[in-house]
Amino acid sequence: MPALWQRELPGADVVVRGARVLDPAEGLDARLSVRIDRGTITALGETVEANGHRVVEAEGLVLAPAFVDPHVHLRTPGREDEETIASGTQAAAAGGYCAILAMPNTEPVVDSAATLGALAAAARREAEVPTGFLAAITRGQRGEELTEMAELADSGAVAFSDDGVPVASAGLLRRAFQYVSITGRTLALHCEEPTLSRGGHVHEGRAAAELGLAGQPSVAEAAMVARDLAVARHEGQPVHLLHLSARESVELLAAARAAGVRASGEVTPHHLVLTDDAVRSLDPNVKMNPPLRGERDRAALLDALRDGTVECVATDHAPHAAHEKDAPFEAAPFGVTGLETAFAALYTHLVEPGLLPLATLLERMSAGPARVFGLERPRVAAGAPANLVLLDLEREWTVGERPFRSRSANSWLLGARLRGSVRLTAAGGAVVYEA
Amino acid sequence: MIRLVTDDLRPPGPISRRHLLSVADLTRDDVERLLGTARTFAASLERRVKKLPTLKGHLVVNLFYESSTRTSSSFELAAKRLSADTLTVKAAGSSVDKGESLADTARTLGAYDPDVIVIRHPQAGAPHLVARVTEAHVVNAGDGKHQHPTQALLDLYTLQEALGRLEGLHVAIVGDVLHSRVARSLLQAFALVGIRATLVGPPALLPRDLPAEATSDIGAIRDADVVYVLRMQRERMEGGANFVPSLREYTARWGITPERLRPGQRVMHPGPANRGVEIDAAVADSPASLIVRQVRAGLVVRMAVLYDLLVGGPVGVEAAATAEVA
Repeated sequence: MPALWQRELPGADVVVRGARVLDPAEGLDARLSVRIDRGTITALGETVEANGHRVVEAEGLVLAPAFVDPHVHLRTPGREDEETIASGTQAAAAGGYCAILAMPNTEPVVDSAATLGALAAAARREAEVPTGFLAAITRGQRGEELTEMAELADSGAVAFSDDGVPVASAGLLRRAFQYVSITGRTLALHCEEPTLSRGGHVHEGRAAAELGLAGQPSVAEAAMVARDLAVARHEGQPVHLLHLSARESVELLAAARAAGVRASGEVTPHHLVLTDDAVRSLDPNVKMNPPLRGERDRAALLDALRDGTVECVATDHAPHAAHEKDAPFEAAPFGVTGLETAFAALYTHLVEPGLLPLATLLERMSAGPARVFGLERPRVAAGAPANLVLLDLEREWTVGERPFRSRSANSWLLGARLRGSVRLTAAGGAVVYEA
Repeated sequence: MIRLVTDDLRPPGPISRRHLLSVADLTRDDVERLLGTARTFAASLERRVKKLPTLKGHLVVNLFYESSTRTSSSFELAAKRLSADTLTVKAAGSSVDKGESLADTARTLGAYDPDVIVIRHPQAGAPHLVARVTEAHVVNAGDGKHQHPTQALLDLYTLQEALGRLEGLHVAIVGDVLHSRVARSLLQAFALVGIRATLVGPPALLPRDLPAEATSDIGAIRDADVVYVLRMQRERMEGGANFVPSLREYTARWGITPERLRPGQRVMHPGPANRGVEIDAAVADSPASLIVRQVRAGLVVRMAVLYDLLVGGPVGVEAAATAEVA
């Protein structure tokens, strides 16, 4: 089984009274109260007995299954100055997450059971919310030799990914699909054809042409998506496509799914909200890989998220030290943070203007990623562990007005006004955040 | 006034200051005012004593991370002609060699309270970073392949002086547009003043998303009043890059030779020129060439930019008055 680890926390005894309970996967949308006893939901109804528990008055708030982020960089081991398991999972708790999956592109790379075991032990000590780890597909993510996937899976690896770099060799990718089949895990692929993207800092489009920045064309992603789907299809294996950014990529994903390929995809909040127009500011906090693309791409990603072609929202939370981001655009590293702003960004920019139903957003941030990675689905139901988020959809706030819980502040939303905030998060049965 | 570029990237931002980071920050009025000021200074340079007291007591720091002859010497001389103190820091031989980041170098120089920092850097966005971390007015003297706004202004000045007008001119820009900050700045400047631009060059060196006419047919230069030749950077044409198969083939197909020009056409080049590659020596040295006039224009235009940032106001009149006092 994929394993998630969390530090020892007392199970919550609490009653949430009078919230709008919204669990799309359970078909639930009603004004209800919920009682949690020692971390388990025990009662759900128009009125519930408090049993002496603390009562959270939730009139006007939304109670939903807490979020699952399948794509987080915890920078541990190696860059604990940028993020630790403790700080990253505190950020996740503040963002309404009850589970996160960390990518293996650390220093050293998570490519052995020993490294994974050390991370698991650290997560059992430090993780505020249940945390799982992906392991690398290839040793050192060098794209040469497969990792010992069977042992890694036995040690709890949730899935396999060389995220940060593509598996450049099609032949090696094919061997990875063949071998991973014995583990029942999924390959999560970073789709980028390196000879097409090489040297590119932004999307190759009008902004790049006008700014004189070397661009990564959309076809650098789409060509690799096409190849990866073709290999997955040939081997009959499931595949997950990370951080899709281009219209052509989601068209390929839709076609593959229609043809019966077990393919899933994820999109990030920044690709759903921004376009490459944003890089005209030359602000290093809008530099990420894959890059922000054009309006037609953004619209296609949103359509794909709405119709379910893309099943997951993933933050690709990528903390960077201030002194490294504080550089000329071309010298700055790729990546932005996202755990603490994902829901509010998407609620403000997609749900409020009527572009995406709230229920769909909640599904893609929780049940969708849980399904793709074989995790227990967070739900608001009697007998389920408390993995809940209480949301205030009216509250407006400014990003950065309070310090981030993340150790890094490279948010693309710094200074933005957002609507929608997390009032309380329960993860793994414990209350891990309360505003 | 050069338009305010607000430091809105890092809230709460510092107080807004005026910078010249990109031609995109300028209006047509700004351009006309700057060119007018430059003309005033050109007149003052005709005098026996060429120094004006205008910027006495001001400090202009030139921070150059790339090699440069024209730009660095003309900024330094422009500041000196206006009586400003100057400090020139080149990356080679400075703390940059010891691994100091641009942000830290800028903060260090900022501690001397310079009024203006002129920066050239191989990476786009470097001047924006300096504007964020110092209190100085920042002038972009070339950042990566992004912008070189004073080059565009001096080219407009040269065109105006040589051809007597700007509006309605047609300029063919020939060569490696993809890697050219000069081309990008020129396209924006031309759009401001009503000059028609045609881009000519090998397909892989013409970005397809630029808002301009573009063709790989060198015959397209025939209709232009002026042929603006871009520098072919040899290092970009080395084996494996494959933008063009060889410099030889580039020259054969796109080199500007006397045969390719029609009588009356003028030729410009931002320098340094690769004679025999993108431009034939006979063209560079011909009466049709405005190359030396471009260099002269560089001095007065940069004087105008420094003056405009530090003194501002209705520049033409004031500058004339100041020049008289001097």
